Amino acid sequence: MSIKIITPVAEFAELLPQEYKDLVAHGPYNERRFVRDLGTFKEIVDEHPHCAGCGVALAIRLLAAALPSPADTLIVGTPGCSFFALIQTALNYSNTAFGNQNAVATGLKRMLEIRFPHVHKDVVVVAGDGGIADIGLDLTLHSWFRREKITTVMLDNEVYANTGGQESGMSRQGQVLNMAPRGKHFPKIPVFELAKVSGCVYGVRVTVASPHKVGRAIRNAILIARELGPTYVQVYTPCPTNMKFPPNQTLKVAKEAEKDHYSYEEFMSAEAAEYLVQSKAESKEM
Amino acid sequence: MAGLQREVDPEYLFWEAPRRQVFITGSEAVAEAVKRANVDMAIAYPITPQSESMHLVGDLYAQGYLRDYYRGENEFAVMAAVHGASLGGGRVFTATSGPGTLRAMEMFPVWTGSRQPIVCAFMCRGVSLPPSIQPENIEMAMLLDVGMLMFHAEDAQDFFDMILKAYAIAEQPDVHLPVGVFVDGFFVTHTRSMVALPPDDLKLPAYDPRRAPVPTFDMETPPIRMVRDPLLNKSNFISYAANASWHQEIAAAAERARKHIRRYMGGLLEVDDPAATIFLAASGTAVSQSREAIKVLKAGGIRVGLIKIKSIRPFPAREIAAATAHADLIVVPEFNIGGWLAREIKASIDNNRRVVGGPRVFGGMTMPTELIVNEVRSALDRSGTKQPGSGARI
Repeated sequence: MSIKIITPVAEFAELLPQEYKDLVAHGPYNERRFVRDLGTFKEIVDEHPHCAGCGVALAIRLLAAALPSPADTLIVGTPGCSFFALIQTALNYSNTAFGNQNAVATGLKRMLEIRFPHVHKDVVVVAGDGGIADIGLDLTLHSWFRREKITTVMLDNEVYANTGGQESGMSRQGQVLNMAPRGKHFPKIPVFELAKVSGCVYGVRVTVASPHKVGRAIRNAILIARELGPTYVQVYTPCPTNMKFPPNQTLKVAKEAEKDHYSYEEFMSAEAAEYLVQSKAESKEM
Repeated sequence: MAGLQREVDPEYLFWEAPRRQVFITGSEAVAEAVKRANVDMAIAYPITPQSESMHLVGDLYAQGYLRDYYRGENEFAVMAAVHGASLGGGRVFTATSGPGTLRAMEMFPVWTGSRQPIVCAFMCRGVSLPPSIQPENIEMAMLLDVGMLMFHAEDAQDFFDMILKAYAIAEQPDVHLPVGVFVDGFFVTHTRSMVALPPDDLKLPAYDPRRAPVPTFDMETPPIRMVRDPLLNKSNFISYAANASWHQEIAAAAERARKHIRRYMGGLLEVDDPAATIFLAASGTAVSQSREAIKVLKAGGIRVGLIKIKSIRPFPAREIAAATAHADLIVVPEFNIGGWLAREIKASIDNNRRVVGGPRVFGGMTMPTELIVNEVRSALDRSGTKQPGSGARI
């Protein structure tokens, strides 16, 4: 796919908004960009209405910078904090209903394979911990059981943030939250472990304190999903508003989580490992 | 086989192609419609009495008539996946029943809000505790205001024709809304009747997403900040206005469907004996029972006309008002306890005390013809209308 198909006629070019012109001239569509290039190009998302210090907003910025093929990427999400930035991306984004994102992505991916058999259309689910691990867990797991070739990205802030700080299945045990007035009674749902046994061929658990690792995980996950099956990236995105820490402490909180309960971990199938080696070799040859 | 099917104009397939009579169930009629509908993808989840039809649609996939088909994990997931597939710019089909309809309920307004021309068959059944798998159409009442078009089939022939024609109506650029095609489960799905079918080597033209009034979700035009769904942010007047105007647009699109329903289905309703002053007004299999009741009433000297309502949404309010302008009595038999059709009719006409909501059967009970006959006669007794044979019970 090429942006040339919507290149405006010369007579109208000057009438277009500056932001549009910047995206065409300096966006990530023509030239390959990555997380390390942030600050040097017009980003797919460069404004958002999130709270100051929002970990989710940072993760979405990293995700957008890491997409291997933004012109052919479609994101499916669910109501929650994540959509505040996702609706500002220069990508097609569908919000759909509560928790059904992996089912929507399944139908979408399959139809795009019918309509575009020779083009990789990357369908990426981006949703919060509530959407993926609670209300949508059934649909998440089943998309993995069926080996759907989609990437699922959980933005895990360990709380229902958008609705005002209620306990989620990914909240930490003992945490006092709305609807958990005596503290959460059970541990975080082991979605990362479930991904390993439910059919995902590649998975990474990471925090926003490691931006390059987030970018690499997203890119690998999308590339592997194209060929081999479902992939999963779980990103810790601390929430200063509901967890009551100063907005300028987000990365510090994430770094502490890395040392504590959110250590970096990656798994991949033998085929996925071979595919990554092969892809790197091919890109060096090019 | 699928590869040998030829695309033809809808008009040719519907009216001009030769038809042959076959003796099939309603479930088989569904598959025969899907076979000719050039469907890209179907998704299924089992529930009685829908399951058999989606088995048969799966067989069509195995034979190459569809390009994709799978079993989803539940009805909400199926309706979500159908939503995703439709977003991707293809023609899709699914079907469900009773509890499945309600489990998937959140998705139906999403389909309409997304202006997606999904066709879904609903084989209606009981939904409450104690459990019932038996025929009942109270679920239709719960879908009246989700924004989709709703057609109610009387028999397998209707079911076949309405599913096929639903695609032609749903995909009109000025409509582009989902269509639910409803039947009373078992009575239609699990009984055999003669159905006239066009040749199975003909099919509808493929869906063309370029004619859609909303952009297909395939990221063909980057860069674009395109949110597929209107977002309702708090304290944002523009968002309120956007959402409200979108509701209006969907309602207007449903109104614009009327002319296409008239063209492809011969009208939103049918009237037998329009000069009668007593009418039975019904939809679904209650129409068939009304036909039998009318024979009995006529034999007893009571002249009764029949209003068969085919389109529940949009509702043929003006047509019903016109058809009943000179009527003294309109009796509305239904297969549900709530009487949603009687309420719709009462809301559509003047002097609605003329409308008698009943008889009603539910929980899977059949509707004996005598119930309808007695309802008409009782109403005539109450009104003091002198009719030959009134007062007599059968």
